Amino acid sequence: MKHRTEEELIGYRYAEERERTAIAAHLKECAECRKELARIEAVFGAMDAAPVPDPGEDYGERVWQRIAPRLGERKTRWWESLFVPQRLVALGGVVALVILAFVAGRVTRPPVDQADAAKVRERVLVVAVGEHLGRTEMVLMELENAPASKGQKTINISETQRRAEDLVEENRLYRQTALKEGDQAMASTLDELERVLLDIANSPDELTPAAFETIRKRIAEQGLLFKVRVVKQGLDEQKANPDAKPAENKTRGTERKKV
Amino acid sequence: MAEEVAVSDAMAVEQTLGGDRDAYRVLVERHSRTVYRMAYRMMGNAHDAEDVVQEAFLRAYQKLRQFAGNANFGTWVYRIAANYAIDRLRQRNTEEARRERPSTTGEDSLEVDPLSQAQDMSPSPEQLARSAQLGERMKAALAGLSPAERTAIVMRHWDGCGIDEIAEVLKSNSNATKNTVFRAVQKLRRALAPFLEGKEARAMGTEG
Repeated sequence: MKHRTEEELIGYRYAEERERTAIAAHLKECAECRKELARIEAVFGAMDAAPVPDPGEDYGERVWQRIAPRLGERKTRWWESLFVPQRLVALGGVVALVILAFVAGRVTRPPVDQADAAKVRERVLVVAVGEHLGRTEMVLMELENAPASKGQKTINISETQRRAEDLVEENRLYRQTALKEGDQAMASTLDELERVLLDIANSPDELTPAAFETIRKRIAEQGLLFKVRVVKQGLDEQKANPDAKPAENKTRGTERKKV
Repeated sequence: MAEEVAVSDAMAVEQTLGGDRDAYRVLVERHSRTVYRMAYRMMGNAHDAEDVVQEAFLRAYQKLRQFAGNANFGTWVYRIAANYAIDRLRQRNTEEARRERPSTTGEDSLEVDPLSQAQDMSPSPEQLARSAQLGERMKAALAGLSPAERTAIVMRHWDGCGIDEIAEVLKSNSNATKNTVFRAVQKLRRALAPFLEGKEARAMGTEG
């Protein structure tokens, strides 16, 4: 019987070897190769057991103290922050919306005056924010309705997390727009949403039932789902009847000027 | 859920790029220990490991704009640290070779002289029985590896990095990197053989 080489057996351990199945079959038959593999495993066992001194819980803080004085100030021009890759995606969306608003304005009612153009732009943004809130509502509903069976040790929220991550950037841009437009109520709701979305995005993939319950409780206590639905409804109404005065935001009791 | 909202890596990067230097602190505090563990295994002593960690975070800060936002910051800074560590190891080996000094490193010293340790790979069983904890043996065995072998085995075995990722740090190709990993295990095996001889594999995993 032809024995396996040391290289093949080491490869087998690291699951790099294409012949893993063939080697496993060979190992069943060959006592000598099993012995050799056990000797290699002893080396891996020793490697696993070799300790690395723990630098301490506060190690990160100490590293920061050391390097902070050497970092220097990062001078940033305002426009540079727009080119951070994550923001770039959201920015792309907004740019596309503005172009769409412009084209829609040109195509639908030529010639167009400034007031009309503003209306079209506003309408496009109303649609965009409404869609964003719709997607956020889905994420919140998924969490609210996620089944937690008895005896389950962890709950996997990785899919929901990915969507929450995508929504954070988008949410921030809309919140900033709302602030700029003086729509405090909308900005405040989006701010609350952003915090919860961040919490979801930053949680571990696998949550303990207790941690999962804490997120759900927070969503419920703040009435987030309700607030999202109310704001979204207001936007839907505005979308359906653009010339009507924007509905009052019931969550805050203040009038939304525009999105 | 903590009341204070945790900042994700991507957000901390963004805030840092936006001029908020303190946002970088989050990244440093979050990833320092992981980078330290790799650096310690690479460098063989706490002093050099700390130097690698600090330099890696400084370099990452300077190159932050090149960081692709969709990548993982932890992986990125780990790779910067691995690159710096391998450079330091090569530099250290060159300096040691130039000096050609005899071994002066004690058993309990944190500093490891790669050349002298490499020559000290087959001490007598009696010496071994008296001496070292597994950690010390492992440190000596690792010191006998070339910088590339050491980098490859640390990244592959302890940190579970993929062959392609290691190849990138070594500036090599996949096949050559696989060979480097193999050579590293083979050398460690030879170096640890006297220590492991006559013991059951299972017992070895729990010693030290």
